[in-house]
Amino acid sequence: MGKFNKSGAREMPEMNTSSMPDIVFAILFFFMVTTTMRSEEVLVRIKLPTASEVQKLEKKSLVSYINIGAPMDTRLGTGTQMQLNDRFAQVFEIQDYIAQERASMSEADQQLMTVSIKADEDTRMQYITDVKQALRQAYALKISYSARSPEN
Amino acid sequence: MAKSQRKVPALNASSMADISFLLLTFFLLVSNMDVDSGLARRLPPPPQTEDDTSVEVQRRNLLVVLVNAQNETMVQNQQNSEWYANEAELRGAGGKVSLKDKVKEFVLNTSNSNELPELEEVDFGAPIGIVPVTAAHVVSIQNDATTSYKAYIAVQNEVVRAYNELREEGARKYFNTSYSDLTEDQQRQINELYPQRISEAEPKNYGEN
Repeated sequence: MGKFNKSGAREMPEMNTSSMPDIVFAILFFFMVTTTMRSEEVLVRIKLPTASEVQKLEKKSLVSYINIGAPMDTRLGTGTQMQLNDRFAQVFEIQDYIAQERASMSEADQQLMTVSIKADEDTRMQYITDVKQALRQAYALKISYSARSPEN
Repeated sequence: MAKSQRKVPALNASSMADISFLLLTFFLLVSNMDVDSGLARRLPPPPQTEDDTSVEVQRRNLLVVLVNAQNETMVQNQQNSEWYANEAELRGAGGKVSLKDKVKEFVLNTSNSNELPELEEVDFGAPIGIVPVTAAHVVSIQNDATTSYKAYIAVQNEVVRAYNELREEGARKYFNTSYSDLTEDQQRQINELYPQRISEAEPKNYGEN
């Protein structure tokens, strides 16, 4: 009954891994394309408020950020500070900042420019209102109050 | 001289996988997938003249939502007013009518009360047709200078939630589907049916005098 003879130890066929680099490269390119290298150092402590009705901001290139909160560096005190472009700034500097951001966009995108206000939840509204007034003066009328959804 | 067929040595590509894995890991670590999300708002353009700052709104068309320095909320229209001490009460805890339902009642004015915004017949095109809507209503969110941002966003969120629910109900009624499944044109129709008319007034210092 040689047919069912198991003595001839069958060799495990070797897996062909020649396509593995191709697959890995495909994943690699995906991450290279989606990644945003512009990692701006956050200088203020921000705990975003929660809101259930948040909308995602569609295009990252159209969004400018304003960070508001107490400084990370406790030597700078606990008062509310605003960060524009890697440094602390005063409210009156918003106009220049918006003009600068707008100049770096193409003409068609300028109307779609959105300013995302990332403020700590303990910020006083007085500060937010001052920022809003400055944005109005700078004609940056599309804003978004950054918030996180409650489940995460 | 006979041409000798020289063999091209095969490139050893076994380390390619290692190198690409290395790069993959690097990009995996540095990439941040989280997209920023928030409550979108449109600010009014800056006032052109001195007397351009205020807009006359009829009292019945106005729903005032006031957040004070103690982060308490009051909502008031011509009909009645309600007081919320904290965020849980905003959502309807403690037997109070939630802010969301107040806003929905105010925007719809199903009872055609003369203390709620006036109804106007407006044509929105097929399949909505001509329906009465409160075209002139305004939800005015006012805050004190020392109101905390957290409380303000909570109130904003509840108001937006009311509008989102209205739009969802509208989509179900006229298109028999969820709002998120509508085409862009259909969504625009629903948005015109229930436009977000939220005004963010400049704060007053109620607490100081």
